[in-house]
Amino acid sequence: MKIRSPLFNSTTGWLLLLALAIAFPFLAGNDYHLTVMSTAYIYAVATIGLNLITGYTGQYNLAHSGFMAVGAYTVGILTVDHQVPFWIAFFLAGVFAAILGFFVGIVSLRLKTHFFSIFTLCVGYIMYLVIEKWESLTHGTVGIIGIPAPPDVAGIDFTSPRPQYYLVLFFLVASLWIMHRIVRSLLGRTFMAIRNGDDLAQALGINLMRNKLLAFMLSVFFAGLAGALYAGFVRFIGPGVASVEHTFDMTMYMLVGGIGTLLGPLLGAIGVPWLTQYLQVLQDYRFVVFGPLLVILVIFLPYGIVGTYMNRKRRKEALAAQAAAPAAPRNVTPISGAKGATHA
Amino acid sequence: MELFLQQVLNGLTLGGVYSLVALGLTLVYGILHVPNFAHGAFYMAGAYSAFFIMTKLGLNYWWGMLGAAVVVALISVLSERLVFHPLRKAPYLHHMIASIGILLFLEAGAQAIWGADFHRMDTPYTQLLEFGGLTLPAQRLLIIVAAFLLVGLLQLFLKKTVTGATIVAMAQNREGAALVGIDATRVAMMTFAIAGALAGMAAVLYAPINLVYTSMGNLVITKAFVIIVLGGMGSVPGAIVGGLIIGFAEAFGAFYISTDYKDIIAFALLVLILSVRPQGLFAKGAH
Amino acid sequence: MLEITSLTKRFGGLAAVNDVSIGFARGTINAIIGPNGAGKTTFFNLVSGAIAPTSGKVLFDGRDVTGLRADQVARLGMARTFQSTTLFDTATVLDNLIVGHRLRTQSGLLDVILGSKRLKDEERVCREKARAALDFVGLSHVENRIAGDISQEERKRVAFALALSTDPTLLLLDEPAGGVNPEETVGLANLIRKMADSGLTVCLIEHKMDMIMNLADKILVLNYGEKIAEGTPSEIRANPVVIEAYLGSEHAAA
Repeated sequence: MKIRSPLFNSTTGWLLLLALAIAFPFLAGNDYHLTVMSTAYIYAVATIGLNLITGYTGQYNLAHSGFMAVGAYTVGILTVDHQVPFWIAFFLAGVFAAILGFFVGIVSLRLKTHFFSIFTLCVGYIMYLVIEKWESLTHGTVGIIGIPAPPDVAGIDFTSPRPQYYLVLFFLVASLWIMHRIVRSLLGRTFMAIRNGDDLAQALGINLMRNKLLAFMLSVFFAGLAGALYAGFVRFIGPGVASVEHTFDMTMYMLVGGIGTLLGPLLGAIGVPWLTQYLQVLQDYRFVVFGPLLVILVIFLPYGIVGTYMNRKRRKEALAAQAAAPAAPRNVTPISGAKGATHA
Repeated sequence: MELFLQQVLNGLTLGGVYSLVALGLTLVYGILHVPNFAHGAFYMAGAYSAFFIMTKLGLNYWWGMLGAAVVVALISVLSERLVFHPLRKAPYLHHMIASIGILLFLEAGAQAIWGADFHRMDTPYTQLLEFGGLTLPAQRLLIIVAAFLLVGLLQLFLKKTVTGATIVAMAQNREGAALVGIDATRVAMMTFAIAGALAGMAAVLYAPINLVYTSMGNLVITKAFVIIVLGGMGSVPGAIVGGLIIGFAEAFGAFYISTDYKDIIAFALLVLILSVRPQGLFAKGAH
Repeated sequence: MLEITSLTKRFGGLAAVNDVSIGFARGTINAIIGPNGAGKTTFFNLVSGAIAPTSGKVLFDGRDVTGLRADQVARLGMARTFQSTTLFDTATVLDNLIVGHRLRTQSGLLDVILGSKRLKDEERVCREKARAALDFVGLSHVENRIAGDISQEERKRVAFALALSTDPTLLLLDEPAGGVNPEETVGLANLIRKMADSGLTVCLIEHKMDMIMNLADKILVLNYGEKIAEGTPSEIRANPVVIEAYLGSEHAAA
C-alpha cells in the first residue's frame, strides 16, 4: 500500500511498459497477434474496474460483465438503430453504465459482503436475460451486427488492426492513469479502509454508503467503457457479452496478477489470454485448468504474483530500514499524574 | 379451474426441486458462513453421473439416482476437505472465489467429457396420469413425492438423531457448537455429504423433464440462493417454504404473465425484498 | 462533556442496555466495568453510533448525537477503538495511520483526477498528523515496520494512534490492554493518562482491575445491562452491590 508502487518504483518502470506496448505492433508477427492483444487490453480496462470495487473496496461484484454489456449495447443500439454518431454513443456508454451502477449500488451496497455478491449475481442474470429476451431493443439472441468502427480521426482509419490497437492502448493507458491517481490518493486509502472493515472505517469518520457507491460507480464506468471499446472493435455483440463467465475470467486475471494492486490485474489480463492462446487446446476448456488454478491461488498465493512480490519487497525494505536506523529504545512515557507508581 | 390446478402441480414440482437444492445450500451455509457457488455444479454433476451410469453402464434409473447421490456426496466432501477447510480463516472473498473455481472446473470437465450438447435422460416413468381432467406426467408426480419424502426424511434425521441435532446446532452457531465439544470436522463433512446427495438426487429427478446440459446448474443455484436469502441462511424450514414460494411464483408467473421472463421472477423477488429489508425476510441477528 | 440519559437498547424482548444514565467530565478518565455480557461493548456501540438506541439520549459536548451514524459521530470528535484491532497487515505502520485524518479533509474525486493542490496539501497534513500521533504513543521508531510484524502491545498503541489522528475530543477505548502482559499494561495505562492530561476525555472498558483502580477518575459498573453503581475507585471498591455482583468478596479488603 506504499505510495510508490514498489515493483515500478518510479515512472520509468511504467514508461518501459508503455514503450513495449507502443513497439508491439512492430514486433508482433501478424495482425492476429494484434487482435489478441487488443482484446486483452479491452478486458484489462474492465478488469481494472472490477479491481477497484473488489480488490480495493472489498465488495465482489458479480454483475460486472453485465455492466460491460450495458456499455457495449449502448454503443450498438445507438449507432446501429438510431444512427447516433459513434463517439457520442461511446461517451454515453460509460455514463449510462455509471447511472445504472448508481441505482444498483444504492440498493445493493447496504448488504453485507456475500449478500452483495449474491445480489449482484442475480442482477447480472437479470441483465443477461433482459438483453436476450427484449428483442425489440437489443435484437435478442441474434445480437447487433454491423456496428460502425470509430470514425476517422485526423485521417487515421480505425478499421484496420494497427490503428485499432493504438486506440485501445490509448484508453487502457488513460484508465490506468486515472486508477493510479485514485488508489494512491486519500480516496484510495478510504476505499482500502472500507475493505479492511466497515466498523473501523466508520469509526474513522468514513461515510460508508457514499464511498462504496463512488467506488462502485467508478468501477462500472470502466466496465461500460470497456464494453464500448469492445463494440467498436469487434463490431458485433450478442447477449453472451453479459455472461457471468466473463466476470469469472476477470476474477482469474485479478487473482493471478494480484488483487488490490495496480499492476496485477493488468498483467493477469494480458498474460492469461496469451497463455490460453498458446495452449490452444485449452481454449474452450480453459476452466478445467483455471478452476483448480483459482482454488490453488486463493489458498496458497492469495495476493497473486505481483501482490506477493510486492509484500516480500516491502518487508525487505522495512527490515533494511530497521537495521539501518539505530534501534531506538521504546519511549518510556514518564509516570505522571496523581496516581503515583503502579504495579501489576 | 383445471388450468389453475395444473399450475399448482407445476409449482409443487418446481418447488420440490428447488427446495432440495436450497436445503443443501442452507445447511452448508450454516457451516461455512459463505454461499457455496459450486453447489449448482454439484447439481449438474449429479445429472451427469446418473447419465453416465444409465448410458455407459446400462443400469436403470434408480441406480442412476443412487449413483448420483453417492458421487456428488463424494465430490462435495472432497471440496470441503481440500478447499474450504484450508480456507476457513481466510476472508469471505477467498471462499467465494474458491467455490467459483470448483464450479468452473466441474462445468468445464463435464463439457470436456460429454460436450456442450443437450442430452436426454430416460426415465421409466413416461406415462401420463389423469385425475379428473388434470394431466400429470408421472415423472412430475415422482418429483413431488420424492421431494417431500426426502425432505421428510431429512427433517426426521435432523430432529431425531444425535448427528442431525449436531448439524443443526453447528448450522446455527458454529463457535458455540465447538465450545460444547462437537467434532466440527466430522459434522462439516457429513453436512457437505448430505447437501451434495440432495443436490445430485434433485438433478436426477428433474433431468428427464429438463434435459442434461453443462450449464443446467446455473439458474437453479442462483434461485437457490434467492431462496435461502429469503428463507433465512441456515434455516431448514426457510429453505423448504422458500423453495415452494419460488416454485409457485415461477409456475404461475410463467403461465399467467410470460414464459420468456419467468426466470427473472426469482431474481426480481430477491431484488425487491433485499431493497426493502437488507437483512432478508427472516433475519436472525448479526450475520 | 458526555451526558447519557436513560440509554436503552432492546433486541427483541431482551434489553442489552437498560436505562443507563451517567455523565463524564472533560479531561477525565472513566472506566466501564462489569461481568462478561453486562452490555459494556453494546453501551459503547450506542454512544458511538454503531447501533441506534431504542430510547434515551446521548449529549456530546452539549450536542444531541442520539441516533447519528458512527461516521457522523466520529466527525464530531468521538473516536473509538475495538477489541480486535484490524490493521492493514501488509502495509507499514505509518501507511496504516494516514487514513486516520481523512475525516478532516475535503478532497473528492475531482481533486484526485486533477491532482489538485488541495489534495496534495491534505495528504501532507494527514501524513504529518499520522507521524504526530505515532510519536505521541511512543512508536516513532516503528514507523516503517510492516504492521503485521509488530507485537500485540505495539498494535494496541497503533490503534490508539489511529484514533488520535482523527483529532478527537473524546476517546472510547474497548479493552485497550487486551492480550497484553502486566508490565506492558502499566505502559499503556501511562499512555492513557498522558492522553487525558493533554485535554482528551477517555472512556475505557477493561477487565484488569488493578489498572482501572489506579487509572480511573470515575467508574461505571454495569450488570445485565443496568447501571448498578457509579463513583470513584475507592467508592466502588467499598460498594457492597458491586462487590457482590462482580468483584467478589476477596477484593473487599484491597
